[in-house]
Amino acid sequence: MYITLIFLGIIMATVIVWLLRQTFNTQPWISEAADNEVSGASMDTNTKAVALTVFLAVATSVFALFISAYTIRMEEPDWRPITEPTLLWANTLMLILASIAYHWTRGAAVKGIDSRVKPGLTVAGVLTVLFLIGQLVAWQQLNAAGYYLDLNPANAFFFLLTAVHGLHMLGGLWVWARSTMKVWTGADSDSVRLSIELCTVYWHFLLLVWIVLFGMLLST
Amino acid sequence: MAYVSIADRDHEVEHHDPDTFISKYVWSQDHKVIAIQYGVLAILIGLVGMLLSSAFRLQLGFPDMFEFINPENYYQFVTIHGMIMVIYLLTALFLGGFGNYLIPLQLGSRDMVFPFMNMLSVWVYALSVLILVASFFVPGGATGAGWTLYPPHAISPGTPGTDWGIVLMLLSLAVFIVAFTMGGLNYVTTVLQARCKGMTLMRMPLSVWGIFMATILGLLAFPALLVSAIMMLFDKLLGTSFFMPAMIQAGVATDTVGGSPVLFQHLFWFFGHPEVYIVALPAFGLVSDLLSTHARKNIFGYRMMVWAIIAIGGLSFIVWAHHMYVSGMNPYFGFFFATTTLIIAVPTALKVYNWVLTLWQGNIHLRVPMLFAIAFIFTFTHGGLTGLFLGNVTIDLPLSDTYFVVAHFHMVMGVSPVLVVFGAIYHWYPKMTGRMYNETLGKWHFWLTFLGTYSLYLPMHYLGFLGVPRRYFAMGNTEFMPDSAVTLNASMTISALIIAATQLIFIYNMIWSLKHGEKSGGNPWKSTSLEWQTPDTPPKHGNWGHSLPEVHRWAYDYSVPGQAEDFTPQTVPESEVPVGRDHGVDS
Repeated sequence: MYITLIFLGIIMATVIVWLLRQTFNTQPWISEAADNEVSGASMDTNTKAVALTVFLAVATSVFALFISAYTIRMEEPDWRPITEPTLLWANTLMLILASIAYHWTRGAAVKGIDSRVKPGLTVAGVLTVLFLIGQLVAWQQLNAAGYYLDLNPANAFFFLLTAVHGLHMLGGLWVWARSTMKVWTGADSDSVRLSIELCTVYWHFLLLVWIVLFGMLLST
Repeated sequence: MAYVSIADRDHEVEHHDPDTFISKYVWSQDHKVIAIQYGVLAILIGLVGMLLSSAFRLQLGFPDMFEFINPENYYQFVTIHGMIMVIYLLTALFLGGFGNYLIPLQLGSRDMVFPFMNMLSVWVYALSVLILVASFFVPGGATGAGWTLYPPHAISPGTPGTDWGIVLMLLSLAVFIVAFTMGGLNYVTTVLQARCKGMTLMRMPLSVWGIFMATILGLLAFPALLVSAIMMLFDKLLGTSFFMPAMIQAGVATDTVGGSPVLFQHLFWFFGHPEVYIVALPAFGLVSDLLSTHARKNIFGYRMMVWAIIAIGGLSFIVWAHHMYVSGMNPYFGFFFATTTLIIAVPTALKVYNWVLTLWQGNIHLRVPMLFAIAFIFTFTHGGLTGLFLGNVTIDLPLSDTYFVVAHFHMVMGVSPVLVVFGAIYHWYPKMTGRMYNETLGKWHFWLTFLGTYSLYLPMHYLGFLGVPRRYFAMGNTEFMPDSAVTLNASMTISALIIAATQLIFIYNMIWSLKHGEKSGGNPWKSTSLEWQTPDTPPKHGNWGHSLPEVHRWAYDYSVPGQAEDFTPQTVPESEVPVGRDHGVDS
């Protein structure tokens, strides 16, 4: 559980330090505090961006717990390490490129260059779909090689972790599909800018998670 | 159709004014309707949980007298009772119910920031309840693995409900977590981003602070339950052995090898202990507001109360293994977890002192909400003190499998939060309905519930000390159990039945008062916080009429010396406070 504790320790420490900074040295019982300067929002950013940050903390918690479970379970004597399909390297490349494409699209959307948004979004989505198809093919290769899900906990974890990551990716694709539909039906980049900005963060996050998971799977 | 912006300065999120019955009461996106939907559903399923407990108490008090209770359904009743009470009643009611109702109203916003997701949250919660209830009607019935669902027995033949019951239980939990996450994202983001002008974090009522921190805990801790539920579903349905060790069943070795049941326990309690505070922190917050309002005094040590909530939230993540002393662990770990457990008592005790000091020389009005709030201080202190016993490894080991533990957690996590729930419902009932409840019925409800729970749980501690084991269907003839223990068990069952029947008074009062209660007016308790300053009671869609309120002070300006009234609402600027008399209360 150390890994979870480290992750959650960082998240909780951030929350606590932030809250203490907000609340320290205040005198709430004094009513003259300058109410004209006191806005109700804590952060000068979009509400959806705050919600995404909170959601990423939740997702981090999920993955950290899976990783903790993995490291605890692999200590048992019945653990037989898996040989990961080489295809995973290609999949990783797809995801990196998808992330880069999203980042590039974000730049275009922020600058209002409509002509780059449509191809950027399309490429990012196609690369992500390719990544997911690649993951499914990797599953089939493992099955064909006799690494069945129920044969060994290492196999089971491989399928479980890739499935959970893939489901998160599918959730992202749902949002991607909505903004892509909008762009293809003639909406300007301004109307999808926020969605693209938030999706970029989400894609980078899932890329980071995948690199951590892939590294862990490879090294154990 | 009119569009209403969520907050005047925030035009990004908009939603429709409801104009049909369906959009107003069923698929409603209004936080107040969603709160009441959450609350009613949670209380209904809570009543089921209460009936289940009455049923298994009958067996414990009068063994083998009732034929409809056999060992199988006894364990099913115990399991589902625990699950319902902890998750589907208390978590849903505090966060989904009070969280939804109070956050926007107490912070001066028009609604939650994502009303559609909020609506999804309550209906997905309803789905999780439906799946839970359905588990009673599938082949093999509901799971009887105990509310902690420990493997391997939770999914091994011999335990009730290992066919479909456990699958539906795990599925229901997963669905509940999805619902909670959708609600939780809303609560946290609304607190951070949708407060009205002047509402700094340190001017928020403690109710909001408690709910806010509990939501953060929930968002980070529920994933542990989700992860363990998914992995156990894999073990059950796909034949993996994450948790299933090598076993011999009926003389035959199973397919599973090497799985770690202790891994499940770690995951479960990594959720399970913060869960205690997911329930307790909102209760702390609500009770603080009740005590302050009805004692006509500012809450003692507001800043300390806020920091205690934050500290308890942080510490609650590093005490989980004190639930696992009997599973065996490195003595250094045991020492670590015992120490952190005792440390968490410090901020908790600070809160208790502050509640008592709030009452000190206050102008105490013993109305029904206040009775429940004061009773909470008693029950919580008692439950907390026995927690200090159990937090120590050496004391926990002999007591862990006895009634002492049952008595402890029912006092601290069952009775105490439920008393706050009742107090809070009575307190905010006038705002939700525009009518007063019946005071006499309320007092009957209080005294029977409060004395009833003591007559149920005090003897339970004693039985625990005697060594009476928990989880047993029947005690049989054991030498260490004197006849008096058997008699006590019978009397405890009678108490439990009386408490259960008493809740009918509460329900009758709530329904009767809807129509026949006196009109309450907007602010019957002369309260300072924003929800009592709405232009309409009950508040209409959008809460605040044309413009949002502005906040000029904290929520605890009661009996301020030199002011004409003994309360100054948060919306009143300093220049408009009427000056007058001294209230004879030390602020």
